[in-house]
Parts: sequence; structure tokens; C-alpha cells
Amino acid sequence: MSLDTATVRRVASLARIRVEEDELPRLQSELNGILGWIEQLQAVNTDGVQPMAGGGSEKLRMREDRVTDGGIAEKVLANAPDRAGEFFAVPKVVE
Amino acid sequence: MSYTLEGETGAWEVVIGLEVHAQVTSLAKLFSGAATEFGADPNSQVSFIDAGFPGMLPVINKECVAQAVRTGLGLNAQINLWSRFDRKNYFYADLPQGYQISQFEFPIIGKGEIEIELSDGSTKQIGITRLHLEQDAGKSLHDQHPTKSYIDLNRSGVALMEIVSEPDLRSPEEAGAYLTKLRQILRYLGTCDGNMEQGSLRADVNVSVRKAGEGFRTRCEVKNVNSIRFVMQAVEAEARRQIEVWEAGEEVVQETRLFDTSRGVTRSMRSKEDAHDYRYFPDPDLPPLVLEQAWVEELKSGLPELPDARRTRYVGDFGLTPYDAHVLTLEKETAAFYETVAAGRDPKMAANWVTGDFFAGLNRTGHGIGDSPVSAENLGGLLDLIKDNTLSGKLAKEVLEAMFETGKAPAEIVEERGLKQVTDTGAIEKIIDEVMAKNADKVAEYRSGKEKLFGFFVGQTMKAMQGKGNPAMVNDILKQKLA
Amino acid sequence: MTAATELTIAGARAALAKREISAVELTEAHLKGIEALNPRLNAYITVTAEQALEQAKAADAALAKGEAKPLTGIPLAIKDLFCTTGVKTTAASKILGNFVPPYESTVTANLLRDGAVFLGKANLDEFAMGSSNATSAFGGVENPWKRQGDNAALVPGGSSGGSAAAVAARLALGATATDTGGSIRQPAAFCGIAGIKPTYGRVSRFGTVAFASSLDQAGPVARTVEDCAILLGSMSGFDPKDSTSADVAVPDFAAACARGVKGLRIGIPKEYRLPGMPAEIEALWQQGIAWLKEAGAEPVEISLPHTQYALPTYYIVAPAEASSNLARYDGVRFGLRENGGDLKDLYERTRRAGFGDEVRRRILIGTYVLSAGYYDAYYLKAQKVRALIKRDFDEAWGKVDAILTPATPSAAFGRDEKQDDPVAMYLNDVFTVTANLAGIPGLSVPAGLDTRGLPLGLQVLGKPFDEETVFAVGRALEQGANFTATPSVRAAA
Repeated sequence: MSLDTATVRRVASLARIRVEEDELPRLQSELNGILGWIEQLQAVNTDGVQPMAGGGSEKLRMREDRVTDGGIAEKVLANAPDRAGEFFAVPKVVE
Repeated sequence: MSYTLEGETGAWEVVIGLEVHAQVTSLAKLFSGAATEFGADPNSQVSFIDAGFPGMLPVINKECVAQAVRTGLGLNAQINLWSRFDRKNYFYADLPQGYQISQFEFPIIGKGEIEIELSDGSTKQIGITRLHLEQDAGKSLHDQHPTKSYIDLNRSGVALMEIVSEPDLRSPEEAGAYLTKLRQILRYLGTCDGNMEQGSLRADVNVSVRKAGEGFRTRCEVKNVNSIRFVMQAVEAEARRQIEVWEAGEEVVQETRLFDTSRGVTRSMRSKEDAHDYRYFPDPDLPPLVLEQAWVEELKSGLPELPDARRTRYVGDFGLTPYDAHVLTLEKETAAFYETVAAGRDPKMAANWVTGDFFAGLNRTGHGIGDSPVSAENLGGLLDLIKDNTLSGKLAKEVLEAMFETGKAPAEIVEERGLKQVTDTGAIEKIIDEVMAKNADKVAEYRSGKEKLFGFFVGQTMKAMQGKGNPAMVNDILKQKLA
Repeated sequence: MTAATELTIAGARAALAKREISAVELTEAHLKGIEALNPRLNAYITVTAEQALEQAKAADAALAKGEAKPLTGIPLAIKDLFCTTGVKTTAASKILGNFVPPYESTVTANLLRDGAVFLGKANLDEFAMGSSNATSAFGGVENPWKRQGDNAALVPGGSSGGSAAAVAARLALGATATDTGGSIRQPAAFCGIAGIKPTYGRVSRFGTVAFASSLDQAGPVARTVEDCAILLGSMSGFDPKDSTSADVAVPDFAAACARGVKGLRIGIPKEYRLPGMPAEIEALWQQGIAWLKEAGAEPVEISLPHTQYALPTYYIVAPAEASSNLARYDGVRFGLRENGGDLKDLYERTRRAGFGDEVRRRILIGTYVLSAGYYDAYYLKAQKVRALIKRDFDEAWGKVDAILTPATPSAAFGRDEKQDDPVAMYLNDVFTVTANLAGIPGLSVPAGLDTRGLPLGLQVLGKPFDEETVFAVGRALEQGANFTATPSVRAAA
């Protein structure tokens, strides 16, 4: 499976990374190089193999329903590039 | 008669499925220890986890899982002992992590079913496809500034249950009845407060139209409809739009739309352009959710009685009419109130008083069952006073009115106002003698055959007794004396 | 006595306990070295001299009161991927801007609890993505080692290049590091020091900037195996704030170093003998086998048949997870923001300007392999192969107690080599990446020099949560190798 420039553009848009037109050919060839190399996995017989999703334990640990956090608006907002009072601010969004 | 909409080319059937997002009732969020309370100051109920800070990790809240299991049990659904959380990836200003933790491939609850009641008295089974747990996003405020949107993350990370129905609904009425029933079940279970104004319950409405006998056509999803009435309106508006599209010879495009409540139409939603590619994958921060069957059983044994079972019991055991049983079981609080009133008393009489004068009193005084000035114990006490002939029905109504005004117990009001019914035979005889003496001519007429004058004597006696005479005794004694 | 910066952690602890040196003196000696060499080596992004001296003073006070804890007064470098309260944390990326965490990672909190002194935040590959430390937005790190008769700058390896270079150049007694595909073991090998990636779940990931959540594990680098054991003991432990943290007791790792290897069966996986592998790597491996045999262990030839698929598997799993983990860097709540016309434009400009080439490349690969229509062919396939790789190890544990392999396929390379071809760069991790995929512990031990005088490492792999055996084998290798060479660039004694 190799990527055409339209796919590179679409993937970049999904990932929200701006790609200039003149960057496309190089990016396309790099990504195709990596994908071509990854392709060798198709040779492995994985019939009946359960996929391994996580790195470790088999079972989620649950915590008790208690309020132990929050009430730190100032800390949460302290690193914000733009804020308005107690809100984060972004360019106006049209839904 | 099945519901159809008329287009230029004839009748169209409407196919509806609902995805309901119900906020789980819990103290803390699904994956963080921040509070879930409604209406707090912006960003005051936000942990670094909810704000998607670097290195923050989710840890699941056991109560949220328990609530999902309870809901699954209430929907007669399959409880999956093994489920998993996936990441749904998309960018949005109020989605701090850039993904929503949800359950895609393996939801905690599988197939279930609920019964809805329609206005013609019929019922219909509606399939539940699944229920899964997921995080809510934050809130964007678009109307605070001319060029900016403001973001409040208080809701970010609050647990939601997404409850997906089968496309079994065929009319706005059915959609409304389904949502009403679902809300009722959630409120009975105590797993969601069902408050649609505060956004605790929102519906995404999937609508398509078709000609009779066809398979499904392309559907559109109308997002975030926040009242039962709007759901019903949105179904019709969207169905009419699709009919126009088809009839114009065009194709309906599968997309996400918004319902404009002021104009009563749906419109395409720009911010969902990546909706076709969420890149779901298992969340590597969260091992699988594995439940013990014994725990599920424990939760099951702690479930309250649900509305359907309760209604059946009211009709079967108490002899109530299906209508009264329905009205009394609509809200969990009403049913509990009724059962307290009916305990150890005549259940039918209790039902009459609760659905009649008591509901009327609530309406008149602008109260709900939750803040009723008349407690169930006091209403029961009132019924006891009728039963032991302390009060006549008419007096009881007066006492109830006074109870609404003062919140006092009925006995206290009876005492204060001297409303006690007179059951002393001698006292009643004395009054009747006086009435007969004053109306000797009427007595003669009665005795000569004008029997309809009996009502006149009852009225005069009661009037003289200020309504406190026991009606049955007044009748009996009058009959003897007039004979 | 030994110069302050030449001490091991074990040695420094003893010297501090005996009051032969004060914690302030020890810290000052390191700060002096940093001042002299960091402008050249670039091992630290941020030096927290004042804070270090405060911590050292507190350490001296504790020592005076006889209240020493396991790391009281020990100066360490902290990889700049661990969030540290009030100290800028960059992940070596422009996108974090001037991000100052209002919270502490569990690893650093544990180290502070045990009395450690933090000298500063060590350089790394951007978001820990790289094997050369060349992708740092704050410039590459220079390896303190030189080829004989050649002054060309070499890479320290990556991603924990700053941590490894700092420890090798005597600019810290030890350092925290993280390992997603080899990021502890490869730079340790390149810099002639020891480093262990523990079992997945042994060390909490809370507060550590995530790269690939199912593979990331933090661990220490230090100049001896025992020092690694001491540091790991403090870094480890169950953390309820990390759902993947294992609720298991932390054994006395340092004590395990002295266990010896008598009677242990050591697996020698034939698939790690790569075609075209330099002869000196093969020779070192054979030497390692001989040392262990002399110490009483029994080498056993084993097969890990899916080894060759580990790297391509890794380069699906890691970018996929990374593409999602790095979505939070969007210019809204913290870090860099590049304004654009609308929100989407803001995202795209911010992430274009904030992420470097390699990070962007991996995000795009990860996005692609998860996207509609490709998930099964790439991501699901990789998860299945990952299961097979783990199964290979599970089967091996029936026959052996630990596994010995080379740590890297080469010694450190020049700064201008291998930079153009991403895949050639990825091959650096060929021996290390299997441990991350299988979730098992792996230790790199400095074991010899190549023909040009550069250090080479051997790797010990162990069963899940059996770091003790890994340390015992590592200590035996260390004793056999008696590695005493030092880099040419290091803090003056």
C-alpha cells in the first residue's frame, strides 16, 4: 500500500499538521519508505492469534467514587496561551 | 394505523433510532477525582487529567461502572463481563486530550429491550443495541465574545452512558415515548437524574425515510437534542427534509446535523467533518474492564423495583385501574409516596386521593412531590380519619386544603378548627328534632308521599351541624324519624 | 579519597554517611562540571543549580540528624520528560513552549521522597522519538566518548542521550531515563554506562510525558549495575494513579546484584545473530557468554523466531499510540500557540511549528495506520505479531532464567551519519525493541571497547518482574568485563 499525495494531505489534515505543497513529495517518499518496510509483517501467519493491546496487567483496577481533585482553576489555566477570566479562549468556532 | 408523511410521490415511512447520552449519577468523574456537580464556576471542577495535561493518566471510578451495570440490568440487557475502553480520536476545543475515551468494539452492556406505551393504549417492544461508558467533553461558549469561543472543562471527563436503540421507532410519538420510558427507568434506577435542561440527558436522533416495503435508506444524525418535545420535532423536520431531497431526485448524504429549535429545521454541522475517521484503537492506558459475576449479582439484588413491575403489581395486587397505575408509577417519587399512603389502608382509596385531590393540591400550590407541604404520612393520616368516621369526605377535602396551606398534620387541623364529625346519636337526634319542628309543613308533605323532600331534610340538618354530621347517621336517623 | 564526581552512588552514600564529604560539596562539584562542560555537551536543557543547592543543604541537615534516606544528597539528572513541579518541562519539543508543570511525576516524587538532589533536566530526542538525540529542539547532545585519534562529535544515542552523556561525563551520579524501544539501553551502551528498562508496570508512568503508552517504561542509567539497582529501588513501586502500574512489592534490587549466577541457565537467541553484524559485536557477545560460564552459569541456545518482525511491529504500534498521545498538544491549554484564521488553522500551524520533522513523521504514520480501512492491515496485524513476540519469550522462560544479547548493532556513530534515512536510524533498536513489545526487563551493561576505542554494551533480558536475576547476571558481566575505560570528555577530577 503506498500513499499518494492526496492521502498524505488527508492524513495531515486528520492529524492537524500543516503541510506546505512543496513539502509533500519528500514527505510522501519518506512515509512510503517506512510503510514499505513495515509491509514485511504481512508475511507473518497470525491466524487465530489474539491481538496484544496493552503492555501489562489483564484487568482494570477501580477506584472509589470520592471527590479528591479539582478546585485548582488557577493552576489549570496558568499555562494557557489565551484565557478570558476563568475560561480558556480560542478563535470563534462555528458548529 | 402506522405513521407516514405525505410527499409529492406518496406516503413515506420514517425510521428512527436514538443514541441517548445519559450522565451517570456519581460524585466524581469517570477517570478523575474531580466533582461532577452542575453549575460550578468555570474550570473549578477540573483536574489535570480532565484538562489533558502531559503525563496525566486515567483511573476508572467503580461507581460509574456499577451504574452502567445497574442500567444494563434495568434494560433487560446482556452484561458483558469483559469490556474494553478505546480512544475515539478527533480534535475539538473542548476535547482536551484530542480523543474521547469510549467503548467501541466491546461495550460493557449488550443487547436489551424495553416496552413503550403509546397514546392509543398499545405497547411496543424497542430493542436496545448496546450501552457503553464514555467521557463527556467540556463546554464551548460561542456567544461571550465577538471573535472568540470560551472553553469550560467542568464537564470534561464526566461519565456518560451512551444508550443506543435499534432503528425500531417509526414516528415522532414513538421516539418521544421511548425517551420518556428510558428516562423513567434511569430515574428509577438512580443511575441518571434525567435532567434534560441541565444536559444530563441528550439524544442524537438517527432519521431516515423510506417507501413501504423498502430496506433502509441513508440516515442522518441530528446531534444533541435536549428535550423530548424537540426530539419529536426534529424527527419530523429531518424526515420532511429528506423526503424533499429524495423527491427532488437527489441523494440524502450521510452526515451530522443540528436541530435549530427556533426555526424548527435541521442544518449540517461543520465541526464534524472528520466524523468518518475517528481512528478508534484500544486505550493503552487502560487494561480491560473485567467484572465478577458475583458483583453483578450483588448489584442486581440491590436494584429497586422498576416501573413496569410496579405497574403490574398495582393493577394485580391493589386492583387499581391501568390508568391510575400508570400515573402513579411515572415517577419513582410518586410511587414511593403512594405506597406510603396506601400502606395498611385501602389501596384504591389511597390511589383516588393521591391522583385526585392531592395532585390537584400540588398543582394549585405550585409544588412537586419532592417538596410537597403534605407528607405521605399526613395524607395517610387523613385517610384514617375518614375511615374511622372522624371526618366526612367533604370535611376531609377541607382539611387537605388546610394541610397544603399549613403543612400541619390532619388531626391537628381537625382539633384546631373543631371539624370533627359528629357521631353522637343524641346530638344528631336533637338537631333533627329541631329541623322537623321548624319545618312541620314539609314533614307533613313528606309523610303524605313527597319523598323527594328527604334531600331537603338532609341539607337542613347538615347546615345546622355546620357539615359535621356523619352523613350515614344523619340519613338513618332522619329516615326513622320521618317514617 | 576518590574525587566527588568519580564516586558511584553506593560510594557516595557511604562517603556522605561517614561525613567524608557533604552533600553540598558533592552537588557543587557536579554543578562545576556542568558549568564547564554543558555548553559543549548540551546534556542538560535546564540546570537547576539553586534548587539543587537547597536540596543538598536539606540533605546535609538530614544527614546531621541521622535521618538519611536511600538517596539523601545524591545528585541526579532528570530526563526532561518527567514533569517536575515549578521547573520547566520541555520533552525537548518547541510545542511545550514554556510549560511549567504544577505537578510532580511519580518517579521524581519517589526520588525526592528518598532524598535525591536534582541537578537539572536532561536533554533527549523530541518526545523521546529517536536514537541519536538529534531530534531535540534544543540541539543534539555530544557523546563524551571519542574515537581514537578522531575528534569528530559522536551521538550519545537516544532518546535518553542527555541522561547517558551526563552520567558518562561525570555531570551526575545517575539519571532518570525512559525506554520505549531502547531509549535507556542504547544510549547507555553508546556512553559506556549501565541502564535498565524494568518490567512494564514496575515504574509508574504518572507525570511522565507519554510517547507510546503500552511500551513506555522509566528506568535509571548509572555507572554501575549496583547503582542502577539502587535507583530503580527508589523509582519503582505501585502507583494507584497509573492503571497499568503493577501492584507488586519492590524487592531489594541492590542485594540481588550480589547473588551470583551459579546454576542459572542463560539463553542465547540465535535470531540476534544478524547478517552483516560487525565481528566485534559477535566477539563481545561470545566473550559475555564466556564470562557467565566462568561465573557458573550455563549458556543455552534458544530460538525467538519472531525477532525479525519486532522492529516493523514497533514502528506501527509506537507511532499509532503516539499520534493519539500527542493530540493534546494543540495550543489551547498550555504550550506553544501559532494563531491562524480559525481553530483548525490554529491547530495546524501550532503543530507544524511546534513538532520537529521526526515527530511529525511518526504522527502521520500513526494516523495513517489507524485510519479507516487500514486499521486491520497495520495496527491489528501488529498487535497480533506483538502477541507472537511475547509468546516467543514466554516459551523461552521454560528453558532459561535470563537471556544474553548484544545491546546495539554498532558503537556510537557520528552526528552526521544515518540522519537522512529514517529506516536506517530505526535499526539501532533492533536488539532492544523486543523487550518493550514483550513488557520484560532489559539491562545494558558496558562490556568492552570496539577497535576504535568506543564502548559496547551487552544486554540481559529477564522474566517479567524478575529484575533481580537480571541484576545478578548484569553484575556478573560487569565483574567479568571489569570495564574501567572512561570517556575523554569528563568533569575534571
